[in-house]
Amino acid sequence: MGETVLMKGNEALAKAAILAGCDGYFGYPITPQSEILEYISRELPKAGGVMIQAESELAAINMVYGAAGAGARVMTSSSSPGISLMQEGISYLASAELPCLVVNVNRGGPGLGTIQPSQSDYFQATRGGGHGDYRTIVLAPASVQEMADFTYLAFDLADKYRMPVMILADGALGQMMEKVTFPDYDPDEHKLPKPWATVGKPPDRERNIITSLYIEPEHMEEINLKLQQKYRQIEQEEVRWEEIETGDADIILVAFGLAARISRKVIELARESGLRVGLLQPVSLYPFPSPRLHQLASQAQLMLTVEMNAGQMVEDVRLAVAGQTRVEFYGRTGGMIPAPEEVWEYLNQLLENNTSGTGQPVARNMEGAQP
Amino acid sequence: MKEEVIIAGFGGQGVLTMGMVLAYAGMVEGKEVSWMPSYGPEMRGGTANCIAIISDEPVSSPIITQYDTAVILNQPSLEKFESRVKPGGLLLYESNNILQPPTRTDLTCQSIPAAVEASNLDNSRVLNMVMLGAFLAHRPILDITSIRAGLKQVLPERYHHLLSINEEAIRRGQELAQQEVEA
Repeated sequence: MGETVLMKGNEALAKAAILAGCDGYFGYPITPQSEILEYISRELPKAGGVMIQAESELAAINMVYGAAGAGARVMTSSSSPGISLMQEGISYLASAELPCLVVNVNRGGPGLGTIQPSQSDYFQATRGGGHGDYRTIVLAPASVQEMADFTYLAFDLADKYRMPVMILADGALGQMMEKVTFPDYDPDEHKLPKPWATVGKPPDRERNIITSLYIEPEHMEEINLKLQQKYRQIEQEEVRWEEIETGDADIILVAFGLAARISRKVIELARESGLRVGLLQPVSLYPFPSPRLHQLASQAQLMLTVEMNAGQMVEDVRLAVAGQTRVEFYGRTGGMIPAPEEVWEYLNQLLENNTSGTGQPVARNMEGAQP
Repeated sequence: MKEEVIIAGFGGQGVLTMGMVLAYAGMVEGKEVSWMPSYGPEMRGGTANCIAIISDEPVSSPIITQYDTAVILNQPSLEKFESRVKPGGLLLYESNNILQPPTRTDLTCQSIPAAVEASNLDNSRVLNMVMLGAFLAHRPILDITSIRAGLKQVLPERYHHLLSINEEAIRRGQELAQQEVEA
């Protein structure tokens, strides 16, 4: 274990990427994640890696495709509008089964939007994002420590399953400073052999071909079936979540990332008032912790998802709960952050009225929070 | 112990730095800390703020809207944050920059002549450290040696010849606030 330092989330992620043996970074600057580029442009070449500031996000993601195809451990990072531009490339990477890390430090949308923190890219991240039937593993850090920890994990999962892995953070996690410790991690022990990589054909084996174009639909369906088989395995083996005070809880908050941190504060407020409130925090957004939510639904009279969007993850919660209990939603949009007190007030209203809420802030609470 | 502080003012007054020194000092003492800066349109319009949380327990939410203490360096920030200090909390404001003082009676409010003090020290940029000293006089949550260690971390090395004047500013801020605390 290294020493504990104080760092911004973006910098901690960038440092972890280098310690995880990242060979190449390709990206294009955009707030609120430009510190990742800055840090990597300064430090990665010293560690023997390659950093290219591409001419666009399209160029960056296709450089990722090329370098991943050559067997390198590679990544890119961007924020919402930039990630939208990369979707074609991510679809190609998924189809060609190339491992890479894509970091989305989510900002408010739609459109060019704001530079403030948001979770409005949940649908895009968890449904693949681009065209075609594919998924990416999506990890959602909720602290600066996790911005670092999930970077190692993401590279390892990408190698293991030969697919793009996404870290879905938000502007606040990128900009804030917390304590962080970097674990001992030897990339050589983690990097897997890549016999499929296109590194020049020796005489004693067939050519390696990396492509996402298949002319015969029979062949394309085979590829699809293979991808789906991989996704079923991931849904069995890679589901990650955290629970806070769910043991006795009859009200369960469901939130990820920064919204989960806010929800922990809501739990403090609720427990002071004698309410048994707990938190289920999905850590992998895909695969989603549906089985555990299904179990917890039987003990809960109410589940409230708290999100920095107009209600996206709540759909997955409803699918998992399958009507066993009441599921409600509260969120703020456009880069606004729900203040713990306003979530607490909303929860109280739900309990009093026993009718479905609007999911929107009441007028006097519009002030919200923002960094 | 848990102290949730908002520090707010104009860009260039050193509000982000002051919060960062607090967070570093807390870390030096093994406490849980978080530092959340404003980075949005406000920053670009010339005002800046940060939330620093120092606690014995893990920090739940790094973004909060109710504070134990507000350190206020300009009028727009006072208007925005005065109502968000918890009852019984602390509100320190810089005398020269605040023309309309706070009106709440359920807080400990103190005007700190940090700008004058900083110019007495021949360096207007240590205004923030005078305010930090005043804060520490009211809330002695961190040892001065940890604050010094934090300062050394936050100040880029090319400015390390200014460490002593920053430390002097902290000491003057402590004295200014102390006179009031004792009076």
